[in-house]
Amino acid sequence: MYKYIIRRILIFIPMLFALSVVVFALSKAAPGDPFTTMLDPNIDRSVFEERKEALGLNDPIPVQYFRWVSSAVQGDFGESIVYNQRPVMDLIKVRFWNTIYLGIVALFFTLIVAIPIGIYSARNPYSLLDYGATGFSFLGLAIPNFFFGLLAIYFLSIQFGWFPAQGTVSGTDVSGLEEFIDRIHHMILPGITLGLAGTATYMRYMRSEVLDVLGSDYIRTAKAKGMSDRNVLYKHTLRNALIPIITLMGFEFGVLIGGAVITEQVFNYPGLGTLFLDAIINRDYPIVMALALIFGIFILVGNLLADIFYSVVDPRIRYD
Amino acid sequence: MDTETVKTPNNSPEYTEDKSSDEVGKSPYQLALRRFMKNKLAVIGVVTLVIIILASLAAPLLTDHDPTDSEMLMIERPPSSEHILGTDGSGRDNWARLLYGSRISLIVGFSAMFFTLIIGVILGSISGYYGGKIDGLIMRFTDLVLALPFLVLALTIMSLVENITITLFVTIIALVSWPNLTRIIRGSFLSLREQEFVLGARSIGASDMRIIFRHMIPNAIGPIVVNATLMVAIMIIAESGLSFIGMGIPQPQPTWGNMLTEAMSVRILREHWYTWIPPGLCILVTVLAINFIGDGLRDAFDPKSNQR
Repeated sequence: MYKYIIRRILIFIPMLFALSVVVFALSKAAPGDPFTTMLDPNIDRSVFEERKEALGLNDPIPVQYFRWVSSAVQGDFGESIVYNQRPVMDLIKVRFWNTIYLGIVALFFTLIVAIPIGIYSARNPYSLLDYGATGFSFLGLAIPNFFFGLLAIYFLSIQFGWFPAQGTVSGTDVSGLEEFIDRIHHMILPGITLGLAGTATYMRYMRSEVLDVLGSDYIRTAKAKGMSDRNVLYKHTLRNALIPIITLMGFEFGVLIGGAVITEQVFNYPGLGTLFLDAIINRDYPIVMALALIFGIFILVGNLLADIFYSVVDPRIRYD
Repeated sequence: MDTETVKTPNNSPEYTEDKSSDEVGKSPYQLALRRFMKNKLAVIGVVTLVIIILASLAAPLLTDHDPTDSEMLMIERPPSSEHILGTDGSGRDNWARLLYGSRISLIVGFSAMFFTLIIGVILGSISGYYGGKIDGLIMRFTDLVLALPFLVLALTIMSLVENITITLFVTIIALVSWPNLTRIIRGSFLSLREQEFVLGARSIGASDMRIIFRHMIPNAIGPIVVNATLMVAIMIIAESGLSFIGMGIPQPQPTWGNMLTEAMSVRILREHWYTWIPPGLCILVTVLAINFIGDGLRDAFDPKSNQR
């Protein structure tokens, strides 16, 4: 097992390197130079050439790559082209936690809905609630998250006025507990929108995992020796059924990040997703590169943790 | 077909015990088709999808309006007998855009699937069939593409091109989404490779190409068809999402996704439901129908899998 973990971590390093090369290569494939979008005909062309030279854009590609990577490691992703030359890291810092909080709300919603309902469905298959849950997961997987978000705004926020439709806070004059509640209130709709597809997936997974475990010999043994249903569920069934679910969560990072780009746009939520999309539209490559690298690292770390977790908690799996 | 009276001559006693009489003497495809037709949801899915495809083909018969034609005096009109679903912010008929938009959404969905399938089958079968170093190389590359979220990678590549056309759009989506299919095909090839019929084919001197295309792909057709079907749904959602945020098929070309873009304005969202709810429902219904078909195919090809 330890051998596997060490080998798994060793694979992680070249993957990280390859990721940075891909991100860098994509930005170099961009047509023209970063100034194309802000070309002002009144300014002499030589000014741009000087600026390019100063930024090192005329150096050989490998030199540019190493300069980018070595400063990126220190958390310096250069300056934004569009946002008044502000350091990219500052722009990311402001929005980073917004997206993390949104992801936590989405995951929280996913888990508190999907796990209990999945367990109930498996213990009472073909019951009314089981059919309802199956119907819900079909719909949840088929509805595009932006359409769900728009419907949520239309009904819950415009028609009924229960939730705010956009932003993170109502005003700046609140603080303490009030501010916390206000922020949560703002995150509920985007959080549910972001977590919907995951909820549908996990519910189906949970149901089939619990059904699988309930059919196994050791559950029959536990029941045969007179264990109560409650204990069978908590001590034997859930422990085994949750392993694949928790592992799956390691791979959920990518889904959440991709979903956040669109969800944040619908709710006008100031997170990394909206920053990324703005940067794409404005061809602000320093931001695009920084975010692509950060997203990629998140996903690689998520996959790494999932693999390590799986090898630790499930000794039945052999690696050689 | 009346199955009760069909009795096949090779109806030997040991078969009648565990198999019903109408399953004997049928090819695996016929059996799969039979199981598929018994699945109500799958049949509903097929009927729904056929209706949507027919409606998109019959678009000129169902509306007299040109979906790209802006009438400056008819901006944001509510539904009327002239414009069944009203008009959008540029004075274009919503009903016509919905019908013609279905063409583009479906064409993009199916062609992106097809393109992805080609890449996936080629890389997956090479990887699974040859194994070893080639497999390692292809799989590391797959991991790398999977390390970036689909949307992030697609958007980054899209920012590199000046004008997005439908062909270019389909190419970019396919270039980003082949890894999952490649992994699935590789997986089934890895297990098929060890089976006797492959050894048999090799022992009579069949070429690698022949073994892959004539012997292994037909045996892996179940997972390939199922995943290809589900992929159409994923592609339709991807297209609509990208078009919605303005990074997909550009205006005035209608697609279900870019019809929803107008709902980003709170005023349209609140007051003109007829502009954005119909295309959203169209995406939902189409994707639902395709997912029903995909699940039906999965159960039909592999009857043991219907738990999930």
